[in-house]
Amino acid sequence: MSDRVARLRGASLAAEPSISIERALLLTELYRADQGRWPAPLLRARAFHHLCARKTLYLGPDELIVGERGPAPKATPTYPEITCHSVADLEILGSRPLTSYRVAAADIERYAAEVIPYWRGRTLRECALAELPAEWHAAYSAGVFTEFMEQRAPGHTVADGKIYRAGMVDLQRDIDLALARLGEADDPATRARRDQLRAMRLAADAAIVFARRHAELARRLAKAETEPVRRSELERIAEVCDRVPAHPPRDFHEALQAYWFVHLGVITELNGWDAFNPGHLDQHLGPFYERGLADGSLTRERAKELLGCFFVKFNNHPAPPKVGVTAAESGTYTDFANINLGGLTRDGRDGVNEVSFLLLEVIDELHLLQPSNNIQVSAATPEPFLRAALGVVRKGYGFPSLFNADAVVAELVAQGKTVEDAREGGTSGCVEAGAFGKEAYILTGYFNLPKLLELALHDGVDPRTGDRLGPRTGDPAGFGSLDEVFAAWRAQVDHFVGVKIRGNHVWERAYAETAPAPFLSLLIDDCIATGRDYNAGGARYNTSYIQGVGIGSLTDSLSAIGEHVFTGRRLTMAELVAALDADFAGHEPLRRRLLDRTPKYGNDDDRADDLMVRCFEAFHAAVDGRPNGRGGTYHVDMLPTTCHVYFGSVIGALPDGRRAGRPLSEGISPVQGADRKGPTAVFRSAAKMDHLRTGGTLLNQKLTPGLLEGEGGIDLLAGLVRGYFGLAGHHVQFNVVSADTLRAAQADPDAHRGLIVRVAGYSDYFCDISRELQDEIIERTEHGGG
Amino acid sequence: MSDAARPAADPGHAHGVAVFNIQRCSVHDGPGIRTTVFLKGCPLRCDWCHNPESLDGEPEVAISGERCIACGACVDACPESGGVRPARGPDWDDGTCRRCGACAEACPGEARELIGEPRAVAELVAELERDRPFFDASGGGVTFSGGEPLCHPSFLAACLEACRERGLHTAVDTSGFAPARVMREIARRADVLLYDLKHLDPEAHRRHTGVDNAVILDNLRELSAGGAELWIRFPLVPGFNDDPDHLDALAAFVGSLPGRHPVFVLPYHAAGADKWRRLGKPGPPVEHRPPTDAELAAVAERLRSHDLDVRLTGDDV
Repeated sequence: MSDRVARLRGASLAAEPSISIERALLLTELYRADQGRWPAPLLRARAFHHLCARKTLYLGPDELIVGERGPAPKATPTYPEITCHSVADLEILGSRPLTSYRVAAADIERYAAEVIPYWRGRTLRECALAELPAEWHAAYSAGVFTEFMEQRAPGHTVADGKIYRAGMVDLQRDIDLALARLGEADDPATRARRDQLRAMRLAADAAIVFARRHAELARRLAKAETEPVRRSELERIAEVCDRVPAHPPRDFHEALQAYWFVHLGVITELNGWDAFNPGHLDQHLGPFYERGLADGSLTRERAKELLGCFFVKFNNHPAPPKVGVTAAESGTYTDFANINLGGLTRDGRDGVNEVSFLLLEVIDELHLLQPSNNIQVSAATPEPFLRAALGVVRKGYGFPSLFNADAVVAELVAQGKTVEDAREGGTSGCVEAGAFGKEAYILTGYFNLPKLLELALHDGVDPRTGDRLGPRTGDPAGFGSLDEVFAAWRAQVDHFVGVKIRGNHVWERAYAETAPAPFLSLLIDDCIATGRDYNAGGARYNTSYIQGVGIGSLTDSLSAIGEHVFTGRRLTMAELVAALDADFAGHEPLRRRLLDRTPKYGNDDDRADDLMVRCFEAFHAAVDGRPNGRGGTYHVDMLPTTCHVYFGSVIGALPDGRRAGRPLSEGISPVQGADRKGPTAVFRSAAKMDHLRTGGTLLNQKLTPGLLEGEGGIDLLAGLVRGYFGLAGHHVQFNVVSADTLRAAQADPDAHRGLIVRVAGYSDYFCDISRELQDEIIERTEHGGG
Repeated sequence: MSDAARPAADPGHAHGVAVFNIQRCSVHDGPGIRTTVFLKGCPLRCDWCHNPESLDGEPEVAISGERCIACGACVDACPESGGVRPARGPDWDDGTCRRCGACAEACPGEARELIGEPRAVAELVAELERDRPFFDASGGGVTFSGGEPLCHPSFLAACLEACRERGLHTAVDTSGFAPARVMREIARRADVLLYDLKHLDPEAHRRHTGVDNAVILDNLRELSAGGAELWIRFPLVPGFNDDPDHLDALAAFVGSLPGRHPVFVLPYHAAGADKWRRLGKPGPPVEHRPPTDAELAAVAERLRSHDLDVRLTGDDV
């Protein structure tokens, strides 16, 4: 990387996350004056304009791409209109042991005086929680599901290529045409559309104002700059900021800056999930890159430097911190902006270009936490690009992750999108498929599948509290077959999916009515054409997801019941439930038998895998196709982020031998240590799920560095990826394990039985080799690096 | 020559052959991603052997003491013990064990394991085929290893034919110690032979492996002349086959073969002590030490100086 990028990267890594109260102060000032005087969309647009016109600007040394959400890198605003931090929350953020956000004592005082009193009782979160029924609160507190929108706005979306072809001024022309089409009609629906379109027009103005302020700042700095090279850079920055995003970018530099201003707009307007994301950045930048090389205005090195500057900007923006319990416990501050490389073009050709390779180099050299990145692998993806990407995967940063672009297209088409819109789509957040620039695809919450087995094994009572939580599904001692156990679980699922969706309607309506997003709506088709907000069904496609968690733990538990109670008949249901309630105390031989003598998911064993498919199908049937509040439908995702840990903490012992409180299986990965036949068997098991009827599945596969040495290591990875994607798998992430993981495996072999290591010219299960050899491999892994 | 040291005869395979492991996602036993199946039984007794469970052609019970929770399920399950056989330890077998596996079946925690399950051709090959998507994606296939898979020639031939019918690429990992007729029959049914070359001197070979190398070298010459695809595998055991004179002789021999074949140097590793212990057997017979990285590199260099195509595993294979 260039010296400039190295300095910017170093500064970003060194910058301490902090809380900036400036947004809260400006927003509260505007709301105090305007709330109740304007319809919601216009109130929101006025607030956005106020922020863009007043917020403190930052333009740091060395920067070529400019603009920060806060007054300085990693200074993170709050969003009191959604949820308002208390004094205690702010104090916790400054002192929590994981990632902390510095908060100045004077700022806490000012927050207490000027922000908190205004918002008390008025935040979206408080209003929605007050409206939600008791059944929702009970299930939420018990850990049956989580709620995504209680602290962050819907978001979850990605830009397509329109901002590289049309500036804000062009979008305003579209808005004017849409307003003209509305004519003089005065009915409430038309009035609402007119308000929305005017709000969007004002939001576009706000973005232009924000950019022009940066142009002025750059010019001021240029005048004062004595160093001639930096002075001309600042003059160029001023020129770029005058041009974009008002007008379409003309070159590579302007294209990156145009996106960055749009990104800042989206994350300033609201704290939407997964921030925002340029999507197919390589495809968008390809024409600018080619043109720049052809007319001599750009070199490969310059393009790479600009990309480096651009990447650092993402890393300067941690996720907005939460309130309450999550403020104390969450260590996450990555914001999941997930750049897509490769994939397909709108007309179905391979999307890889020279910028794809440049991006890979930047990802490799900078290896920053943000932006996250992934490779969209299709049958048309050229082998050299896949191999170059796998060369980065092998280094063990944990990225890029790998997606099956053909499967993503098939998933989106199955949901009713046109094939062109599907190809312009990709994946964002963790693994979620979406039609970029055209879809509001909202994750609504994680759903605890094994918790409902626990309820089914206690006739609907939560054994942690003794409270009746779900419907009565029968005394488990009376179950005469695995089918009856399954039916009880399924009845619990159907019930709680209903509770979850009824709750979602409350949240959806709250955002649609009180927190529209007129700036984001500019960027997503067809909000302008329909005059409707992104948060109110204005997007061309409106999808809601419920994300299933713990299918591995659930499958293995059902398999254990089938094997030991109904096939082996050495155990009764009553004995099993008693052992679970005792957390296996005094039942160690039984626990060993459940752990080690049960067909388990992840071994390409149809006895277990067929159960996984049944569970998936039942969950899918409970969710898929149900209407949401925005004119779209529900689908399922199978991903946990880190929720499998929380969900595990609210469940007692499970029939697969897992002890109370331990984490569940994550994503669609097998239970930790249950897979013993290597990665190909895991892939075969996972592919038995019909990924094409989901909006995304998450599979993690651990490999040790020794397996991945040399060209043979790349061959192995390429074969695994192509093989799994040939089976229509959606996603895989390879985690190259560290010496620490190997030490954990020594300490807890049961949880790491599937871990394969390269021994010496051959591979073996780490837990099956001698202690001495384990130590040697740990040493080797440590020295072999990442 | 003892029983063990005679080239394999054909025992037939009416009841299947004992398989002691099926390793999926194997990348060191031929091209691409492979499933390697290990057949039990070997006529050689290499004194560095780290697969003691591969030697005996019959099933055996292995015990991992560290996994035993002393629950006594094995004692209750044993049809011979009358409830008095010790539950664990290397001396568990008082000579009455019939290798029925009832104790392993009863063991709740996999402390006891019956090694070597008799498998019939059709169901074995069906299992081996499960990773076909990964074979197809990587140019891989199925590898038959052991033990010495040529100990079971008609079984092996039937497996290879079944694989060929299904379009699966096959490799056979062999010591080369088999009657010429058997070797010929297997070679023409396999796509690649992974052929061990341990030592060129008959006396040294006999002393360290228990068998003469004449039939091994003859078979190799004949296969090479017949145009077989051969990957020669040289297990590098310091103090046994690493002296420069021997390396030169080995290189000269490989160079004199009618065909040109890659030579894979496989460094000896000391991984077997546990496995011997679990089988209740003394061993391995001789303590060897693994080559250092420098020694390995020097050996590869010396062989390369004879214009051989030398590869270390982990290289481009």
